[in-house]
Amino acid sequence: MIAFWVVALLAIAGALVVVLHRNPVYSALGLVLTLFQVAVIFALLEAPLLALLQVIVYAGAIVVLFLFVIMLLALEPEKRLAAPFPVAVAGLVLAGLLGFALAAASTVPLAGAGQGALPAGFGSPESLAASLFGAHLLPFELTSVLLLVAVVGAVVLARRRS
Amino acid sequence: MEVFFSLAKVVVAFVIILQLTLILLWVERKGSALIQDRVGANRANLFGGLLPFNLGIVNTWMADPLKLFHKEDIVPADADRFLHWLAPFVGIVPLFLTFAVIPFGDVLKVGGFTIDLVAAPIPASVLFVLAMASLAVYGVVIGGWASNSRWAFLGGVRGTAQMISYELALGLAIVSVVLTYGSLDLQAIARAQGALMWGVVPAWGVFYQPVALVLLFIAGMAESKRAPFDLPEAESELVAGFFTEYSGSKQSVFMMADFVEVAIVAALVTTLFFGGWQVPWLGREGFHFPGGLDIALPSLVVTLLQIGSFLLKLFIFCWVQILVRWSLPRMRYDHLMAFGWKRLLPIGLVNLVVTAVFVLAFEGWTVR
Repeated sequence: MIAFWVVALLAIAGALVVVLHRNPVYSALGLVLTLFQVAVIFALLEAPLLALLQVIVYAGAIVVLFLFVIMLLALEPEKRLAAPFPVAVAGLVLAGLLGFALAAASTVPLAGAGQGALPAGFGSPESLAASLFGAHLLPFELTSVLLLVAVVGAVVLARRRS
Repeated sequence: MEVFFSLAKVVVAFVIILQLTLILLWVERKGSALIQDRVGANRANLFGGLLPFNLGIVNTWMADPLKLFHKEDIVPADADRFLHWLAPFVGIVPLFLTFAVIPFGDVLKVGGFTIDLVAAPIPASVLFVLAMASLAVYGVVIGGWASNSRWAFLGGVRGTAQMISYELALGLAIVSVVLTYGSLDLQAIARAQGALMWGVVPAWGVFYQPVALVLLFIAGMAESKRAPFDLPEAESELVAGFFTEYSGSKQSVFMMADFVEVAIVAALVTTLFFGGWQVPWLGREGFHFPGGLDIALPSLVVTLLQIGSFLLKLFIFCWVQILVRWSLPRMRYDHLMAFGWKRLLPIGLVNLVVTAVFVLAFEGWTVR
């Protein structure tokens, strides 16, 4: 439990750095911190495989590419703009609503939660593969097609400009 | 008691890797001198030079680290001080952690306890290696960016692109081996290699996956950023690349990370393709030679033989990397990218598919 609180607070701190820091490089590194802490939470929840995949895919590949682009574009530190009063109020209200919705949702127990022991082999590579390539095969394949479309689109856009 | 054994294993793994970096530094300095027909490190000696020979080991074991840790630590005026400080540690910590999952022996039996000789016996340790390898790139990126120098920055950008590109070939090579042995656990893979093919040849990965061995070795060398893949450093173009603006102890941490990476590649090659700690025909009770000759050995002797075998193989593959580093010239950048994406990646994919077909079609092809 103590481990959870330490990890959760670090994750939130990282997320705040992402949003609030004026330097994009720090924001990306804050994102790494948050993603890493989420991976630790996965590990605490008896899902070591998911934790490792989280680190490999997000912290190890995606954010590295973010950093690569940020550094290549040599982005300036962002300027702080004073928002007009109505905009600020609207933003605060929306943020409050979102926070309320998240808090409300998190108090409702998940279906099947707290029902004794975990099923045998929970979080193992075999059970993850069985659910990915068995029960959820169609969404999984559709996601990969979606990613392929994005890649092809990016290539087409890059070619057209040159 | 369990806690004590765990701590002891961590200390052993850590000491192995720390000492190995220093020994590799010596091998690199004297070995490169040998290759280039020079004398090499010969300034410091025991007993003030009264000995008739000087192997230079004092230089690298004591004088080099002492000298580096006493140099002034310079931070460039416009550098990002926090990230400049952070980068070396971000670079080296994941590499040290990788060594926690490398098995350096089978089991040690002490007074009724049976200890698995791997510092952190976690499931899916192969994925742990990949995760840590992918985190190590942050040291290069942050170091290059935070120095606020054009040379360092270029080195950092090059390092990012290179490490991302070669990680794919590395991953594909490892996945082929995982398919062959049907396990994501390095210790289980090492144990599986103790079996025999046709009752004679040890079932080492090199006989099942020769293509993956070549892929892993090349991609691993590219990940460790040493010649012929040392474009992030490229001392003839970029001064010293991503660690141009580092000095003293921080620079020595970067240097150390270099050697730890060499050791990790060697450890992966050893564990996945050359049986890890296996000694051919040596079981837990002693030797079982194919001819029917059995030699019983006490458990402790077997364990020591295995640890020695692991260290010997580790050292051989470190030496091969140093040999390559001092023999081949640096690649051109576009060649580097084309080689990674157009050669290694397709070969890795084909190798993976062929492996999968073999595993499915020929029951009993592998040793699981």
